[in-house]
Amino acid sequence: MDLDIVALSRLQFALTALYHFIFIPLTIGLSVILAIMETVYVMTGRTIWRDMTKFWGVLFGINFAMGVATGIVMEFQFGMNWSYYSHYVGDIFGAPLAIEGLMAFFLEATFVGIFFFGWDKLSRRAHLATTWLVAIGSNFSALWILIANGWMQNPVGAAFNPQTMRMEVTDFGAVLTNPVAQAKFVHTVSAGYTVAAIFVLGVSAWYLLKGRHVQLAKRSLTVAASFGLAASLSVAVLGDESGYLASEHQKMKLAAIEAMWETEPAPAAFTAIGFPDQAARETHYAIHIPMVMGLIGTRSLDTEIPGLAQLTERSELLIRDGIKAYDALQTIRAAGPRGVVPEEAQAMFESKGQSLGYALLLKRYVDDPRQATAAQIHQAAQDTVPSVAPLFWSFRVMVGLGMFFILLTGTFFVLSVRRTLDAHRWLLKVAVFAIPLPWVAAEAGWIVAELGRQPWVIEGVLPTAVAVSNLGVTTLLITIAGFAAIYTVLLVVEMKLMLKTIRKGPAELSLASAALPNAQGVLS
Amino acid sequence: MILHELISYETLRLIWWLLIGVLLVGFAITDGFDLGTGILLPFAGKTDLERRVIINSIGPVWEGNQVWLILGGGAIFAAWPQLYAVSFSGFYLAMFVILVALILRPVAFKFRSKREDPRWRARWDAALFIGGFVPALIFGVAMGNVLQGVPFRFTDDMHILYEGTFFGLLNPFALLCGLVSLAMLVMHGASWLQVKADGAVAERARRYGSVAAVLTVLLYGAAGVALWLTVDGYRLTSVVPVDGPSNPMFKTAALASGAWFANFAAHPWTWAAPVLGLVSPLLALAFLRARRAVPALLASALSIAAIILSVGAAMFPFILPSSLDPRASLTVWDSSSSHMTLFIMVVATTVFLPIIVAYTSWVYKVLWGKVDSQAIADDSGHAY
Repeated sequence: MDLDIVALSRLQFALTALYHFIFIPLTIGLSVILAIMETVYVMTGRTIWRDMTKFWGVLFGINFAMGVATGIVMEFQFGMNWSYYSHYVGDIFGAPLAIEGLMAFFLEATFVGIFFFGWDKLSRRAHLATTWLVAIGSNFSALWILIANGWMQNPVGAAFNPQTMRMEVTDFGAVLTNPVAQAKFVHTVSAGYTVAAIFVLGVSAWYLLKGRHVQLAKRSLTVAASFGLAASLSVAVLGDESGYLASEHQKMKLAAIEAMWETEPAPAAFTAIGFPDQAARETHYAIHIPMVMGLIGTRSLDTEIPGLAQLTERSELLIRDGIKAYDALQTIRAAGPRGVVPEEAQAMFESKGQSLGYALLLKRYVDDPRQATAAQIHQAAQDTVPSVAPLFWSFRVMVGLGMFFILLTGTFFVLSVRRTLDAHRWLLKVAVFAIPLPWVAAEAGWIVAELGRQPWVIEGVLPTAVAVSNLGVTTLLITIAGFAAIYTVLLVVEMKLMLKTIRKGPAELSLASAALPNAQGVLS
Repeated sequence: MILHELISYETLRLIWWLLIGVLLVGFAITDGFDLGTGILLPFAGKTDLERRVIINSIGPVWEGNQVWLILGGGAIFAAWPQLYAVSFSGFYLAMFVILVALILRPVAFKFRSKREDPRWRARWDAALFIGGFVPALIFGVAMGNVLQGVPFRFTDDMHILYEGTFFGLLNPFALLCGLVSLAMLVMHGASWLQVKADGAVAERARRYGSVAAVLTVLLYGAAGVALWLTVDGYRLTSVVPVDGPSNPMFKTAALASGAWFANFAAHPWTWAAPVLGLVSPLLALAFLRARRAVPALLASALSIAAIILSVGAAMFPFILPSSLDPRASLTVWDSSSSHMTLFIMVVATTVFLPIIVAYTSWVYKVLWGKVDSQAIADDSGHAY
């Protein structure tokens, strides 16, 4: 297995996924904000709320098109670049992706056309229903994608079938109710709401600073602040839930995020900041907060969180088990589909089969894991530790920003309750400059979740290094360069259009509503 | 859990073979007129207003239509994971080219009319043309290669090794199939424009559509003759248990001349597909000439369905034959998901596909009628 192909395939996936994930959180959140605004319009009949829905809808549409365009790549990329992955886990992983299309994306994409083209063709209520269906569709979409992703982090309800050489589903209910998937869903969707809320907040603050579209901006700010406060609180609370689950299912990820080199006496301290050094296995200039990590990770005072050194030792034992499973598997396969399998091999595979993936970690070093030397086994065990520094920092960036979002949306919530939204210009400026920050937090979150899973593509089941397609380096370089080029051009064009639309503002729309006396009234 | 054994593995595999056909036909019929309309954009629309009429004729529906492709990809992943793995990694660069074209399309729809600058608009018009032309051609080319067998094999661990090149895909028979696909989707797009546009746009579309309908019949007929004369099919040379494990390497298969016509000989009723594939484009032609737009659209949709189904009927039970190692060929009986996954996916599809068809029909009903060029000129009520 050529390492260059693995590195390049990972680079391409990270590039396309991170790029796709620029647009998706805004789609998820903004669709709900649009539905809320239009609901107010239908309930109160105040046309300014319709104008708000239309104006933010234009921005939603530009962003949605980019999400759709980059999503097409995601749907096919598993087969293109990760063909062994697709073969090995398609039986489980493919189903939520297909159901996402059936149940969610079809709904969202069909009604989004009517959302834009249906204002004059539908009754108010029918159009409102359309908007809600778009919001429900995009949120359900996230649910199914995160069920698929949750299974990569915590592969429940499946078993290896020696005859087909792949994982097959044994309990689909367990895949659906996977606790990791549920926590990830709520966490990610809330993050999307926060992205959209701060986007609306920032753009509206800019209008207030400029003294333009004041009525529309104030109402939008109120919606964004209250929605954003609830969302950012939910991200934090359910982020904690994610941390708790990581300690159950992905101890290695948790230890790497915390740069916990050794197991500490319970309850472990939380390293607020420091400089992890993976080679020396220590964190320089660390500032510890006693007990906090143990409380978050285990919700108890006396449960230990294992450190990286202990987890590596555990990996080495699992690799040795995996080699036994691999050996038994070869015997079982040699017997053929209808042959008689020696009882000993069958029993061995049944007891050690769940460690088979650990033997595949050795494929980087040796074709037949049974021939691995002690040094190779030791090295493969070391490989089960993900890169500590990027995880450590991404996590702290994400959490720090999350705290800031609670503060920001909370402040504006108070201001809107007091009806003093435009009283402090510096706060409005802060809101404008905060616009890009939720994206930084969301991308950092992706890095924590997916980099923290390495070296596995399916935790404990399939190493990333064996999951790739057998493509040439040149081929991969062509597509990486191609995607990077086209994505960069599109992103620049998209940003320009967004800014142009924002600068132009809801000009003709607000003129129409200014003609109506009640549009100048108090917040409804 | 034994609920899934309510339906036998064999039946589920057959259902999923048919359902993938339904999804491909659904994609080719709905997104097909989007692709065809994109190809016709520079030719049927001469002024900016005419082009906006054409773009707005598919503006509200292309997003939903494209989901047929996304869903097709997801369903192949879920029901035929090996097909998903082998075809997309094997046709890697061809897929990349299709993806680039398809990425351009959504963006072009959204961005094109947001600025007045004629050069800006011309650039996105070109993007829409490419976004229609390239996928329409390459999907056909891919089909042509599948019919000839694809150079892949499996290692002991079932890793896929593909030993072909991108330019190897562009062989004469495959290109002929690409042209069939191109002609058929242009015919379909032109019929759609008959329904949604009037005036000069509809007139030009009618002319191009008539030519495309004739070409569809000629090219499809030629491809059939070429298949008979120059392409060897594949046949199974060992018994494949219809409810056995999904491992292609447990059987044997071989190249055999005329094998792609064996099903038609054994089950003469299957001739209905190729015959309809030849007759329906002529019907579409007749309706186009008689200015009967809706029947023309239905006839061209029928042509597409018949042409796609004729390929499926010819190849059954093969899905993706291997020219390198015929044993590795993927068939209906040895490359599906597990019994349980197929069952779960059938349940999900039975629940959701009718709902999808229902709301899609409702949306088309709401949007029924010609695109109002006056409204576009006034910039009211239209998004693109």
